[in-house]
Amino acid sequence: MSLHTLGRKRPQASRRKLARRGIGSVILWAVLSLSTLVVLYPLVWLVAASFKPSSEFGRNNGLLAWQPTLANFVKVWGGIAGIPLSTFLVNSTLVACAAVVGILVSSSLAAYAFARVSFKGSKIFFAAMIATLFVPVHVLIIPQYVIFNWTGLVDTYVPLLLGKLLAVEAFFVFLMVQFIRNIPRDLDEAARIDGAGHPRIFWSIIVPLMRPAFITSGIFAFIWTWNDFFAPLIYLTSPEKYTMPVALRLFNDATSTSDYGATVAASFIALLPVLGFFLFFQRLLIQGVATQGLKG
Amino acid sequence: MTERAVRLGRRVSRSARPHMSALRKRETKAGYAFLVPWLIGFFGLTLGPMLMSLYLAFTRYDLFSPPQWVGFANFVRLFTADKVFLRSASVTLQYVAFGTPIKLMAALAVALMLNRIRRGSGFFRSAFYAPSLIGASVSIAIVWRAMFSTNGPVDTALSFFGINIGGWVGKVNLAVPMMILLGVWQFGAPMVIFLAGLKQIPQELYEAAEMDGAGVVAQFRHVTVPMLSGVIFFNLLLEIVHAFQVFGSVFIISNGTGSPGGRLNFITLYLYKRGFADGQMGYASAIAWLVVVVVAVIAAVLFKSSGRWVHYYGEDR
Repeated sequence: MSLHTLGRKRPQASRRKLARRGIGSVILWAVLSLSTLVVLYPLVWLVAASFKPSSEFGRNNGLLAWQPTLANFVKVWGGIAGIPLSTFLVNSTLVACAAVVGILVSSSLAAYAFARVSFKGSKIFFAAMIATLFVPVHVLIIPQYVIFNWTGLVDTYVPLLLGKLLAVEAFFVFLMVQFIRNIPRDLDEAARIDGAGHPRIFWSIIVPLMRPAFITSGIFAFIWTWNDFFAPLIYLTSPEKYTMPVALRLFNDATSTSDYGATVAASFIALLPVLGFFLFFQRLLIQGVATQGLKG
Repeated sequence: MTERAVRLGRRVSRSARPHMSALRKRETKAGYAFLVPWLIGFFGLTLGPMLMSLYLAFTRYDLFSPPQWVGFANFVRLFTADKVFLRSASVTLQYVAFGTPIKLMAALAVALMLNRIRRGSGFFRSAFYAPSLIGASVSIAIVWRAMFSTNGPVDTALSFFGINIGGWVGKVNLAVPMMILLGVWQFGAPMVIFLAGLKQIPQELYEAAEMDGAGVVAQFRHVTVPMLSGVIFFNLLLEIVHAFQVFGSVFIISNGTGSPGGRLNFITLYLYKRGFADGQMGYASAIAWLVVVVVAVIAAVLFKSSGRWVHYYGEDR
């Protein structure tokens, strides 16, 4: 649009500028395409390498396998330490799904309070919520472990999930606050005149409209819980309860020297759900990240 | 507009105070009812544990016998007798000090490029964002080690340009740079935030600058950077906090040891080893609080200086 208005005022300058921009955007495209190749290479490598027979690692330094094989996947599917891979996948899926439900319920409740209810102390608690975005996890790891150890909950999934049920991750609350603030208040007002209280307004007006925010938060919650390594590492002690990342570590320790192909294939499988979500919902995810940085 | 609303509110509240205060009470009740889960989480899993960890930092505690108050002994030991800690703090600070600015500069540079092209920016944005979603995973740590091993892709590519340094894994001087590159690889998330910020800069500002004869560089310095300063500030703070928390990748790449030469013994890994492998929960808490103090000091310096370099559009300064 700016080019258009400029063009009407100074046709000569704009034509030269257009030509310059044309060359400029070709160069930009070239730089961006090259960067894309570099950035995506590790992923391409992972996919390609999982089809290499173990014997080719260290000898075949090219990207593609000389003799592509599914042997790595077959080996990995058998599992590790006598536990089939499906156990870890099921564990991870259950934990991640429970986390999604917990985060959506608890964060939307908190977000509604911050965005729509004007109560005493809301400003202080909102500031406190934002501040938790910047608390280093280090100070929480040890005391939380001590608490869960006291209560005998180590080696259960409770420590992995309790925080999700209590809206501990401010990212989600903040994202939903931003979203609710953008819903026109006329709808609430109309409902209020009809005699609806906050629970009614929340449940029958805000929640149905929050679908996009729920989808975005749900996917982030799934992916972050799925990828989480630290919490399962310290809290899960029996291997049959392991989630994928801790199981992957077991693979990495036990087989990296003898059967590298299996480790690579397991890494690929562990990323598959994440990549799947990304391919289908990339636009929503990117929007979610973008709102995080903007002042509301 | 807000001023008018406030004035309006005051007038209403003066004329109908008893009604308003009843409403306020009801609102407050409703607000806290909705906030119950968050409040329990905030006090029980964030603030409470923080205070508990502060107490533990001054004790000796092994989980089995009750904590023993030792005063500042943990902190004294950290700074005078613990060479492993000093090395760990040093590599972590190197990682934060170099990794964060490089990552943010890459993010800003790519965001500026994406903001200029009209076609295909959606594709590039997605491609660049993908690593942010998976970068901290165990899978990628395993891939990263392969990327930088002897005869791996990086070694091969560098050899092509005549740089024969071999694999980076296990080399003392290349361990931190390898991790910095892993961080920079995840520039997509701050890039997306920058891009959203760039889109909010009114086009008129650039047109006005152009009329005044400002070139591309001058426009960047006098329009883009000031208009983006709020977003830069937010990204900087968030990325610094995140950088201190790197754990999974150094754990996997070094098989939990932090080698070579303690160069991958980032502070979170060291805290984990002290607390969970050696059972020194008090000592580990002292380490945790040092991290908090360092992060708080950095945040305070940023906030303090932000008055000078962070501008908000439409605000008189």
